[in-house]
Amino acid sequence: MSISIASIIKKSGPFAHSSNSVQKTMFTVLLALAPATVFNLYLFGWPAIMLFTVTVGSCVAIEAGCLALADRPVKAALGDYSAILTGWLMAMSLPPWAPWWIGVMAAVFAIALAKHSFGGIGQNVFNPAMVGRTVMLISFPVVMTAWVAPHPLFSAGAPGLMDAIAITFGGHMPDTVSAASALGYVKTELSRGIPVTESIAKVPDLMDMVLGYRAGSLGETSAVLILAGGLFLMFKRIISWHIPLSVMGGVFLMGAIFHAVDPARYASGMFHLVSGATFLGAFFIATDYVTSPVTKKGQLIFGLGCGVLIWLIRTFAGYPEGVAFAVLLMNGLAPIIDQYTRPRAFGRNSKGEPLPLVKEKP
Amino acid sequence: MKLFPILGGIHPDYRKERTSEKAIVAMPMPATLYIPLQQHIGAPAEVLVAEGDLVRKGQMIARNQGTVSASQHAPTSGRIKAVTEVAAPHPSGLPQMTIVLESDGKDEWADLPEPIADPFTADMHTINDRVAQSGIVGMGGAAFPSAIKLNLGEQKKLEILLLNGAECEPYLTCDDRVMREYPDEIIDGARIMAHALGTPRIVIAIEQNKPQAIGIMTKAASAFPEIRVVGVPVQYPMGSERHLVQAITGRETPARKLTADLGVVVHNVSTTRAVHHAVRFGRPLVARVVTVSGGAIREPNNVLTPIGTLVSDLVEFCGGFAVRPESVVNGGPMMGQPLPSLDVPVVKGTSGILALTAEEINDSQTSSCIRCGNCVTVCPCGLSPIDMASFIRKDKLDGAAKLGVMDCFSCGSCSWVCPSHIPLVHYFNYAKGALNDLERERSKGDRVKIFVESRTVRLERAAEAKRATLAARKPASDNAAPGNAAEAKPAPTTEEKANA
Amino acid sequence: MWIAIGSLTVMGLVMGGLLGVAARFLAVEENPLEEELKSMLPGSQCGQCGYVGCSQYAAALAKGEAAVTLCAPGGKVLIESLAKKLGVKADLSEHEEKVPEYAFIHEDLCIGCTRCIRECSSDAIMGANKLMHTIIIDACHGCGKCVPVCPTDAIVMIPYKVTLRNWHWPKPEIEQAHSEHEVEHAH
Repeated sequence: MSISIASIIKKSGPFAHSSNSVQKTMFTVLLALAPATVFNLYLFGWPAIMLFTVTVGSCVAIEAGCLALADRPVKAALGDYSAILTGWLMAMSLPPWAPWWIGVMAAVFAIALAKHSFGGIGQNVFNPAMVGRTVMLISFPVVMTAWVAPHPLFSAGAPGLMDAIAITFGGHMPDTVSAASALGYVKTELSRGIPVTESIAKVPDLMDMVLGYRAGSLGETSAVLILAGGLFLMFKRIISWHIPLSVMGGVFLMGAIFHAVDPARYASGMFHLVSGATFLGAFFIATDYVTSPVTKKGQLIFGLGCGVLIWLIRTFAGYPEGVAFAVLLMNGLAPIIDQYTRPRAFGRNSKGEPLPLVKEKP
Repeated sequence: MKLFPILGGIHPDYRKERTSEKAIVAMPMPATLYIPLQQHIGAPAEVLVAEGDLVRKGQMIARNQGTVSASQHAPTSGRIKAVTEVAAPHPSGLPQMTIVLESDGKDEWADLPEPIADPFTADMHTINDRVAQSGIVGMGGAAFPSAIKLNLGEQKKLEILLLNGAECEPYLTCDDRVMREYPDEIIDGARIMAHALGTPRIVIAIEQNKPQAIGIMTKAASAFPEIRVVGVPVQYPMGSERHLVQAITGRETPARKLTADLGVVVHNVSTTRAVHHAVRFGRPLVARVVTVSGGAIREPNNVLTPIGTLVSDLVEFCGGFAVRPESVVNGGPMMGQPLPSLDVPVVKGTSGILALTAEEINDSQTSSCIRCGNCVTVCPCGLSPIDMASFIRKDKLDGAAKLGVMDCFSCGSCSWVCPSHIPLVHYFNYAKGALNDLERERSKGDRVKIFVESRTVRLERAAEAKRATLAARKPASDNAAPGNAAEAKPAPTTEEKANA
Repeated sequence: MWIAIGSLTVMGLVMGGLLGVAARFLAVEENPLEEELKSMLPGSQCGQCGYVGCSQYAAALAKGEAAVTLCAPGGKVLIESLAKKLGVKADLSEHEEKVPEYAFIHEDLCIGCTRCIRECSSDAIMGANKLMHTIIIDACHGCGKCVPVCPTDAIVMIPYKVTLRNWHWPKPEIEQAHSEHEVEHAH
């Protein structure tokens, strides 16, 4: 023979592979997040940019440290962008003017505790970004709910670079700029006995909320850009419609039904849909591959569960926002959901027994 | 015609354009041919020739034996050089008994059986016997002896003969070319087979990425109202027998049943053409069209190849390798088997020889599963590759079996789509083999247990009988006791052993 | 305080007593386990475990006197299922997975003494006095008990050959970046 070929076969087929890869998937998600992120970083100015950088940077650094500790190749694993994505999503769920140590500590809890103590990428039960955010929220509730009104870069009153350093690294939060998020405001007013119908009139109107010109975390504002990113992911077939639609459907339906029953007590479905982190949660957080069910049926149940829990927590629990809690609770259920929603095998019924042979004229 | 959706599936890069416009060319007869006794599912054929024998083209050189088997014929005239072990076209590279035939260059036909004058009035057995005699097996790749499938009409009421012209594997164009160049032969073969099976209807299913073939076949079938040519969606693995039946009839073949239980028998279009040759001309299956393609092949082509041609000769005929291939595959890239060497013969089930470059295969290092669930979505069998693989990785084969790993037909969709490049199909191939091994061991163990138990019973009975005789003799003659004792001596040993 | 101590003591005594009574009267007899273990064993009475036969080994296992790794014909699969049944951890480090074998008689060496026939527990050897013996492969479970009794060393154990019929893909070696490290740590 003129040309010899491999004499020992190590791998069976197939001998074709899609262009799909983990790296590509994660990168596409980052791409989808980019427009909303850029807009919001502009909206909240230098302090937000610094917190964002610190959070993502710490995630990558801690990931590298964990990999080194576990004796795994660091460079190859960092190349999958998963740590960047975790940091990115987490930064988008923090108050934009929060001090630097919030980002660093959140990164420790997200990467070291939620991800690597479970065995690294693909092994974690709970969404790392949401674990990081939630631990911070419970431990430092004051800092974690100090929202600011938008101060677009280079606009009058916006903090300059030096002010930003003072805010992020010095902990000098200017008192004057604090503002409540819409959800928080409505909740506080309600506890003071002011009906939702009145308080809601004082928050920015729905249109402003959709566009994002309001107080909140990076990912909470600008619903429309998050939505665009989500649709882009669907178009790229990174995510399917099942989880986003069922999350939004769950929130909206619960809101709408109870609003119809008692408008003074319950905010409308539309308000719930566009406020807070509903869109970010529906498109980017609940859809996290690792911590959501793999079957389509399971994803619908998972999403609906997230949606209903978000509404329940917002309406009845102590916290104004419930996306992170809802997603984490459903994360815990994902393995069980998967087990009970396995697809029916070809030629078998759902119990795995062969289908009966029905004679009919084809 | 109304079509029905099938589950899952993928859309790989088809790359059929490399050979789809290349007309079938016959390759010159190689000097030496290697005809394995087993080129099909079932028992190997029984050798009829010995070293030194002179044979002519089409002469039977090995006969089918047992219920599931197929005979082999000399692809050309010449001398039998040896009957010996030669590496099989199989990933293991293990040897199998093979007839080595030296061509005499004359390519003289033997006396062939008479054509069946009017097959449409002939008895079904006449046709089936001819098909069996001609060594025809399924030419889509599975290589199941066709005559057995034609006998199904005897046991079951059949409605449709479904001709599989889907050719859903990337690269392969041999069926496409055969349909375009020999439509009348296929139609005639199909009508003969439908007659033998007793099916009133014939449906020819072709994937819509072969519009010329659909056009030509439709035209050729227009004279026969019982034949429908249907363009089916381009969706791998549409050519899987059960899935094609579902697409055409909307019915799902139950597990452990055959499509024939639904009244549908599926045959590949090239098989049908071989039946036409056997019935109309008495010619056995001695050559087939093979697509030779892949990025490493200099001149990709559709080649009419004598059975037993070495892959190396076939590659040589197609200009050899332009670059060193990463893998040489027997069949399509999705379900084909890698070849450890080029010195293996082309067999009846060889639909393609692909020399693939690393870029075409696009494999890379396996990384951790990120639970994206794509494998579950694309699985055409409704299985959960992600869960089965994790069971198998931890050697929990029975867990994987419970999830249905034995229902997997290794279509490769899950491996193709996996972003982490986990060799899912390899896991399942391993598990299926290991589970079969276990099953064999278990059934042997059970058999041995029965032997052991029956032996114990027998020994006990013998000991019992001996004791009885002893007891009967004892009171009769006390004097003879020493003699008796000596005689009876071996008995306790057996007894002890039996009790042990 | 005395009331608390007293009530807890009384409760402890009553419940402990109940448990003791239950243990005595509701005790599961050990035999079912023994029977179950016996049915799991190959049942070929080959004696390679060191016990006289499978039922003796099963009895020893049920009493916890024998290790689960002794049965050679059962292989790794049996060891694992026994370990699971008995809720113990099987130490597979000592276990060498034996390739399945069958006995073969060199016919020119066989003198027809029938010793091996008497030794074979599964009637897998055919032949009679002064006549050559042959092994029925299908019935031979490879215990090897016939090998030492042969006076002419005519019996050898032959491993089953891998052929195209029984070959299957091996378990994939994952070239995952970190797997080699994991293996190192395991040692």
